[in-house]
Amino acid sequence: MSVDATTVKRVAHLARIALPEAEVERMQGELNAILGFVEELAKVDVEGVEPMTSVTPMRLKQRADVVTEGNIADAIIANAPLSDDHYFMVPKVVE
Amino acid sequence: MTELIELSLAEARDGLEAKRFSASELVRAHISAVERARLLNAYVLETPEKALAQASESDARLKRGEARPLEGLPIGVKDLFCTKGVRTTAGSAILGNFTPDYESTVTSQLWRDGAVMLGKLNCDEFAMGSSNETSAFGPVVSPWLPPNWDGARARATIVKATAERAAPAGLLVPGGSSGGSAAAVAARLCLAATATDTGGSIRQPAAFTGTVGMKPTYGRCSRFGTVAFASSLDQAGPIARTVRDCAILLRSMAGPDPRDSTSADLPVPDFEAAVTRGAKGLKIGIPKEYRMDGMPEEIEKLWADGGRWLAAAGAELIDISLPHTAYALPAYYIVAPAEASSNLARYDGVRYGLRVEGGDVIEMYENTRAAGFGREVKRRVMIGAYVLSAGYYDAYYLRAQKTRTLIKRDFEQVFAAGIDAVLTPATPTAAFGIGEKASASPIEMYLNDVFTVTVNMAGLPGISVPAGCDAKGLPLGLQLIGRPFDEETLFATAKVIEDAAGRMVLPKVWWE
Repeated sequence: MSVDATTVKRVAHLARIALPEAEVERMQGELNAILGFVEELAKVDVEGVEPMTSVTPMRLKQRADVVTEGNIADAIIANAPLSDDHYFMVPKVVE
Repeated sequence: MTELIELSLAEARDGLEAKRFSASELVRAHISAVERARLLNAYVLETPEKALAQASESDARLKRGEARPLEGLPIGVKDLFCTKGVRTTAGSAILGNFTPDYESTVTSQLWRDGAVMLGKLNCDEFAMGSSNETSAFGPVVSPWLPPNWDGARARATIVKATAERAAPAGLLVPGGSSGGSAAAVAARLCLAATATDTGGSIRQPAAFTGTVGMKPTYGRCSRFGTVAFASSLDQAGPIARTVRDCAILLRSMAGPDPRDSTSADLPVPDFEAAVTRGAKGLKIGIPKEYRMDGMPEEIEKLWADGGRWLAAAGAELIDISLPHTAYALPAYYIVAPAEASSNLARYDGVRYGLRVEGGDVIEMYENTRAAGFGREVKRRVMIGAYVLSAGYYDAYYLRAQKTRTLIKRDFEQVFAAGIDAVLTPATPTAAFGIGEKASASPIEMYLNDVFTVTVNMAGLPGISVPAGCDAKGLPLGLQLIGRPFDEETLFATAKVIEDAAGRMVLPKVWWE
């Protein structure tokens, strides 16, 4: 399978990466090289094989449902590019 | 003072205990070496004040006879591990000046045991790369010189390239993604370093630089506080100059952690005690699928030498087959980008790092990520988004996860048949030149990991140990792959190879 320019733009949008028109063709070539490479997997007989869900045979651990860390709002917003009164600031999303 | 940086981690530990020198002397010698080696671009942040403060506490403890296992030993930290109050970037512009308010479990355990932090080490952006050329801080230069180069030419090349804001083409890559870790260890800019391995990022740079790199079993080290790339494959481990040093460091790095639900609830063995166990009576598998067309003769010979050395130590060599080997790399380039596209969704310009404004929130995300991610990261995030998108999931992702089951089954079958460890080359070639592969198709770079990636796909431990040099005098490594949670056998067998090959003679200082 290979991707066309429209698909490349759609995927860039899905991935939330702005892709200038001038870069579409190059990205298309690179993605198609990778897709061509993984095409190899079509040769594998996977009939009746379970997909891997956990690489080590272990049960997912559970912890007690209690507050472990809290009251650290200052630390949480310390690296935010824009914050106000312990809120992260984003462009308006609701009209 | 310079002789202090030539010591192995074990020798430095024993020297401190015998009071032949102080932790402050040992650390000052390393700080000075780091400052003089900036041409290599191995460190992206030096933390000398922190190192000296830790060293002085270590001296006090040594004086009181209360030394911890790594007391006063200076190490470097790959910039993928979050360090409290110390900038952590993962080699990416999108993290900017991110300064975590918490410490990764792996590094916190190293400080708990008395280790000293010299600084943060360069790496490929989000650990995506095999040459350290995708870092936002620029490439790391290997301390190994290309054939027929002298130090003066290398220094001039780096100075000129830096002035022109270009890569110092012609010099060698240290491998990646833990290129800063491997280069710093090989150049004696730390006694050892932390690293991470998602497809070969510990073992390939170790092989390229003549150092030892251990990727433990998935779950052996906690992933808490390590910047995530592909969560089902990522695993932390050490790079050091000897097998013993790797064993010492791993003991402190490993162990269960309530903050990583995939960390294994298993006690951490005394890995150092296993180093001298030898290979007597072990069954070593030699997989035929790792003999590739066009493999350089030197690598073929090295592999045969490794087998002979283990046999001479009493191991039995057995030809084995791992039939799905060839599919590991294609499957990896579906699974890893898929996980990366989901892990890297967090870089949105809201909570930390870079933010580039736009007309609305979506445009802000898109502008931020376009400006903050490098080319390789964008490619992988987009491949990941594509293979997970509606209509393609079954053909790509599901098929890759089924293939992964088959790759793991191959190993389970040979281990069930009594094989204790598998011996393979670590890389298909020795180190290549900066700029040599970065401009070619992405696939060419990916092929570097052809021998190492199977191990991550199956969650197994693997170690790369220097075993000789190619005709150009560049180091080559052998890889040993073990049963889950049997890192001890790998340390024991790697030590047999290290002893037989002789300790790698590392390059003399030319970078000052």
